[in-house]
Amino acid sequence: MNNAAETPVVNRGNAVLKEILSGGATRALLSVLLGFVVGAIFMVFSNEAFLTAAQYFTARPTDSLAAAWTAIADGYSALFRGSIYNYAADDIVVAFRPLTETLRFAGPLIASGLGIALAFRVGLFNIGASGQLLFGALWATWISTRVSLPWGVHLIVAALVAILASAAYAAVVGFLKARTGAHEVIVTIMMNYIAAGILTYFFRTPELLREVDGGGTPKSDAPAETAQLPYLLGDQYTLHWGFILAIVGVFAYWWIMERSTMGYRFRMVGHNADAARTAGINVERTFMIAMAVSGAFVGLAAVNQALGARAGMTPDIDGTIGFDAITVALLGSSTAPGVLLAGLLFGAFKAGAPAMQVIGLSPEITGVVQGFIVLFIAAPPLVRAIFRLPPPQKSTVVADWWRSLVTKGGRK
Amino acid sequence: MSTVVTPGLFSQVEVKVSKKTPYLMGVFALVVLGAFGIFGKTETVAFQWSKEDDVIKLPDFLVASNLVGIVLGVALVAIAAVSFVLALRGTKTPLWLTLVFGLSAVIALLAWLAAGNSLPFAFILGNAVVLAVPLALGAMGGIMSERVGVVNIAIEGQLLTGAFLAAVVGTLTHNLYLGLVAAMIGAALLSMVLAAFAIVYLVDQIIVGVVLNVLVLGITNFIYAQWLTQDGLNTNFPGTFPIMPIPGLSAIPIIGPALFESRITTYLAYIIIPVLWFILFKTRRGLRARAVGEHPLAADTVGINVARTRFWWVTIGGLVAGLGGAALTIGAVGAFGRNMSGGQGFIALAVVILGRWHPFSASAAALLFGFSIVLRIWANQVNPGIPTDFITMVPYVVTLIAVVGFVGRVRAPAADGQPYIKG
Repeated sequence: MNNAAETPVVNRGNAVLKEILSGGATRALLSVLLGFVVGAIFMVFSNEAFLTAAQYFTARPTDSLAAAWTAIADGYSALFRGSIYNYAADDIVVAFRPLTETLRFAGPLIASGLGIALAFRVGLFNIGASGQLLFGALWATWISTRVSLPWGVHLIVAALVAILASAAYAAVVGFLKARTGAHEVIVTIMMNYIAAGILTYFFRTPELLREVDGGGTPKSDAPAETAQLPYLLGDQYTLHWGFILAIVGVFAYWWIMERSTMGYRFRMVGHNADAARTAGINVERTFMIAMAVSGAFVGLAAVNQALGARAGMTPDIDGTIGFDAITVALLGSSTAPGVLLAGLLFGAFKAGAPAMQVIGLSPEITGVVQGFIVLFIAAPPLVRAIFRLPPPQKSTVVADWWRSLVTKGGRK
Repeated sequence: MSTVVTPGLFSQVEVKVSKKTPYLMGVFALVVLGAFGIFGKTETVAFQWSKEDDVIKLPDFLVASNLVGIVLGVALVAIAAVSFVLALRGTKTPLWLTLVFGLSAVIALLAWLAAGNSLPFAFILGNAVVLAVPLALGAMGGIMSERVGVVNIAIEGQLLTGAFLAAVVGTLTHNLYLGLVAAMIGAALLSMVLAAFAIVYLVDQIIVGVVLNVLVLGITNFIYAQWLTQDGLNTNFPGTFPIMPIPGLSAIPIIGPALFESRITTYLAYIIIPVLWFILFKTRRGLRARAVGEHPLAADTVGINVARTRFWWVTIGGLVAGLGGAALTIGAVGAFGRNMSGGQGFIALAVVILGRWHPFSASAAALLFGFSIVLRIWANQVNPGIPTDFITMVPYVVTLIAVVGFVGRVRAPAADGQPYIKG
């Protein structure tokens, strides 16, 4: 990167504007916008009122347009009511509940998204978040339902065990890659299925983790009260300390990647493994450590799922978090603030689902929006072409300013 | 996206013949000999070679379970020894020997599971083939894409697209063949997106693949919930292709009913797999395609259009994978279900690698997975005394061991996953 002095001094404001427009943040924002637009199209064309009106479109086009507008407005206002602020509620406590639900859903997405993002930065593709989450949750459940410890200690031990278990499960991937060259994509896919099998077996077997008076279906007990993540805002909201853990994770991620020697090694290997090796970095060991740390972040999500529960757990405790984490990391372009925002957005999608169901719109629409957002994110030239944005700029005024904020001592 | 750097998907590790394969084989052989043979069960197993309505019926074969274990266990030890000797001489274990090894181990496992019961061999083999067809066709799509140097993680999305369009178009038009065509075209269009992003925009291929999977899953889930579940009879009730026994061939004992009493989707797979092998390895076109995948610069230098070759191979690979998706719905159960492919595209990806990017080996690997799915269903019925969750895990553990032990050193097409910038 060349420094700011090289950019033409003439029309400096214009250069800054161009840099902002061509930057990643603008593109991410526009991708989200485009995702919502495509989602709106899907809403309209699956809406019965619109399809009925469209049959006599040429006679009275206004009917179709009005129906289309109603479909979009109803859909997105339901999403808003379900995920941010329920303006239809009578009581202020209820009105803010959607926001707390968004944060509750965002917690594990942010944590596991950080794990995937870290692997991305090292040039590894960890699609094993679901397996790592399940393996961590398995041992968290073990500690929280089969071991009794005093209040406080119990929670901490259970959480640490979960994080270590997830990290260890992920480290196996790094180990196999380093020792045999087995590609992490295949290994993590297989290990996802294996973890699911192990967890189901544990939840099915009475001597292991099956709930005490359980039937034939695999299900565990609820975590002991001493091991549950406490509610964050009192009993009115189900938001628990898992979200705070995720926020701590965001800061930890930022520190590791931007400040620590380990993070420097990670980034170096990610940029160019051969150059890193020449510079004396043990690339194989870095892969292993990076996978372990990546798994540890996923372990935070495991803590969230296993110890945030108030009832017995089933083997689908990972939900779709494993795959959502990849989209969160992509949308957040593997940076700490990016992953935080992306996790919040996708958390809002999950929180908004029930409200959309109520108005007869399938909540799966958020999956469509989510899919298109990452599609646009994955193809920068596409978004640039749609909005006629300038190509990547050489000037780094804004980037320098941003870096001076987040990096010690600014850019030299 | 400058922070996301993914290395070439399958890097080469070593060239010299390692003794890992014989060692692993030895461990497997001893496990089989011990667990299923020496310490096996003494009840008899009835191998049922034929079904009720077969033309030529063979009598059931009654044998003690542990005897099968001992005989096959000794055979496995012998194969491992041969493999070891070959490795000492610097020769790789031939593929057919590995296949015989795997098949013997599986039969020993079956005999152990079925102790005191009958073993419906024809039923298991026949269903394994039907279940292997989507995996094999998905893998063929993957091979076509990766042989020209484009990593295809989007097989899952292609299978899902094919399954969805086959069921919906087949229902709407009341013509299953139109459903089949729609499935193939839809998956090919998805492939075109992958190809365009990978070749024109030079976006990381693995990321595009994952994104396309997410996208297809989101769209099909939404349409399924919003439309197909509301009016299933008119939108999602395609029926299946009829079963068409091939005259003559279907009368062969054991394999006839299993292989040649099937649906058109299965027969198409029988045609596509050898044709793909022939084109890839015996024609000029295939040679050029492989050249593009191994060394695009050299291919470009001798006048091959790298971008165009890649684009069309990836697209036609999508056609084949879409057919595999159609085999999931109108070639098997009929109606489309939410997330119908359920990870089979990822299994197909593993099949590509287990099969070393070769159509025949990949088909064998697909059959292994088809087999393990039947095994799971069948094992639940005979109640073998080991948790079914472990039987569920077997194919994944086997794949893991195979990727780590057997194929970790096998090379992918050299330029797999790398964009080619002409200039």
